Amino acid sequence: MPEQLAFTIEVFLNGLMAGVLYALVALGFVLIYKASGIFNFAQGVMALFAAMTLYGIMNGQVPFAHLINAIFGTDIHYFGWNIPAFAAILLTIGVMVLLAWMVQRFIFRYLVGQEPIILFMATIGLAYFLEGVGDLMWGSDIKTLDVGLPQGINIAIDETTYGWFGYGFFIDNLDIVASVVAIILVAALVMFAQYTKQGRAMRAVADDHQAALSVGVSLNFIWILVWSLAGFVALVAGIMWGAKSGVQFSLSLIALKALPVLMLGGFTSIPGAIIGGLIIGVGEKLFEFLIGAPYLGGATENWFAYMLALLFLVFRPQGLFGEKIIERV
Amino acid sequence: MFYREAGDFSTTYPQDSQTFPIKFDRWRYYAVLFVAIFVIPFMVNDYWVNSIFMPFLIYAIAAIGLNILVGYCGQVSLGTGGFMAVGAYACYKLMTSFPEVSMFIHVLLAGGITAMVGVLFGLPSLRIKGFYLAVATLAAQFFLVWLFNRVSWFYNYSASGQINAPERDTFGILITGPNTEAWATYLFCLIFTVLSAVVARNLTRGSVGRQWMAIRDMDIAAEIIGVNPLKAKLTAFAVSSFFVGISGALFFAVYLGAVEVGEVFGITKSFLVLFMIIIGGLGSIFGSFAGAAFLVLLPVLLKIIGVDWLGWPTDIVAHLNLVIVGGLIVVFLIAEPHGLAQLWRVAKEKLRLWPFPH
Repeated sequence: MPEQLAFTIEVFLNGLMAGVLYALVALGFVLIYKASGIFNFAQGVMALFAAMTLYGIMNGQVPFAHLINAIFGTDIHYFGWNIPAFAAILLTIGVMVLLAWMVQRFIFRYLVGQEPIILFMATIGLAYFLEGVGDLMWGSDIKTLDVGLPQGINIAIDETTYGWFGYGFFIDNLDIVASVVAIILVAALVMFAQYTKQGRAMRAVADDHQAALSVGVSLNFIWILVWSLAGFVALVAGIMWGAKSGVQFSLSLIALKALPVLMLGGFTSIPGAIIGGLIIGVGEKLFEFLIGAPYLGGATENWFAYMLALLFLVFRPQGLFGEKIIERV
Repeated sequence: MFYREAGDFSTTYPQDSQTFPIKFDRWRYYAVLFVAIFVIPFMVNDYWVNSIFMPFLIYAIAAIGLNILVGYCGQVSLGTGGFMAVGAYACYKLMTSFPEVSMFIHVLLAGGITAMVGVLFGLPSLRIKGFYLAVATLAAQFFLVWLFNRVSWFYNYSASGQINAPERDTFGILITGPNTEAWATYLFCLIFTVLSAVVARNLTRGSVGRQWMAIRDMDIAAEIIGVNPLKAKLTAFAVSSFFVGISGALFFAVYLGAVEVGEVFGITKSFLVLFMIIIGGLGSIFGSFAGAAFLVLLPVLLKIIGVDWLGWPTDIVAHLNLVIVGGLIVVFLIAEPHGLAQLWRVAKEKLRLWPFPH
């Protein structure tokens, strides 16, 4: 087997893994967009915030320690205890639910019926707010999040492929775990939406707000539920990305990468988010490997996804699986 | 009482359709111009110009440009940083290739080049709408920044990958480089800001502006009554990018002097300018100024209060700044979606009747 082909397959596989992580962030967008028509720009910052909170709780950081120290001249940083990862994750979920409630109660309750673009801008404002609050609460230094996920090269795959091709593939254990988690998460979300009472109500709201309201579905509750779910997805994405590349500001830029994923897949489709994520992940890795690095000077991953989405949209504005856009005067 | 229009009659059509039909407004406008041109340059020092006036003037141009696209034509763009980078690099290439030409012309040409790039990235807007378009403009943002980082022709093969503004003048007065006078750079930016505002104001009052607004309000309906969407959208992109390009050129050449593209013209810059027009008021030239002033002054104020008075560390103040800006965006969208400009309009209405509102 020629070396080049083996490399390409390796890049392809790594692209698939990266795509799964993109899809994970994109999923949060789709959830909120379907149920409330809000395009939640803050999803990435929510992931960052969730990861920071998880880290802070695990290590017993005092929230707002820097601010308190600055105002009162004290010098406190840690409570001095460590909380096991599992309990910390539960606590963080609690925080995300609280956040969802606050977002609904203090922002979007007042913006019902506004134009989508106004809602979009409100979420940009929310993103900045949350980023600032996260930094104030937990400090803006880069943190390494370790919740006990396996990391490093997967030896089994390396050895197997070495036996087949004479070249061992480098695939990170973490990516494999992330993929499995993402698949479970998607399956769980689909089950939730299909088979539970709340899930049905959620889909009803997604279909038609007023009709759902008239059969007794509480919009307020559904929206809080959806934001909580998105917060949960953000937490999962935050754990994965945080373990991969550290909890830092660039984490929130992952959210931007999720946008072309969504545009490819269509804003309203959960399978679309997954497949879009895979296409983008594989596409950008392969493009970088085959064309970007040898001919264009590298780092094409920064823009490839957007360009692909841009070109794609010109031919199919609703994305691969999105509902057809029908406009009436 | 102070703001009266009694006895202010228009006797000709040009009088009636001028930019400031009320005499009080007109005189206030002249007074502001007078102070800006004849008083401030003699009073400012380097600190004032560099931390307040120049960023304000330059951001105001960018905000006017973006406001034309977003506020008047309804095409949301997140590519402002990228277009500012185009202006900066175009200006840099022109400055280094034609050292003897006046800076004034370089900046205008840089705007022109940016306009062309803007039209190119505006083409998808004919097919894509709403936030699909917003995301599509992100392609411009990331692609352009990458381009200026990777293609060494743009930064004249310098080892650091930075661009540094050489010393250039206009009418014999140094405008760029380390040895400039505060008043000269201030006046240079002021001229561009005033010109941009006048041009933008008159464009938006004329037939082009009405076409933009028709497209913004409902594009299909606009098409039916005979507005050509191709022409309207692309002119909006061109004019908007022209202003943004000018501001990018000034930002690099006059204000900073040296630029590393990813740092200065990154995505945060796009958001900053977008915030300016949201806070200032979408679809208002005055709003662009108000928003720019607000977001330039807020960090300066917070820094004075937080760092200098209270003695807090700078990073906390920077984070507080994020919280306040984000919070304000939300508050404005909820309480006053039309921004500071609307507050100003309401105040004016009140003042016209004051002190006898009934």
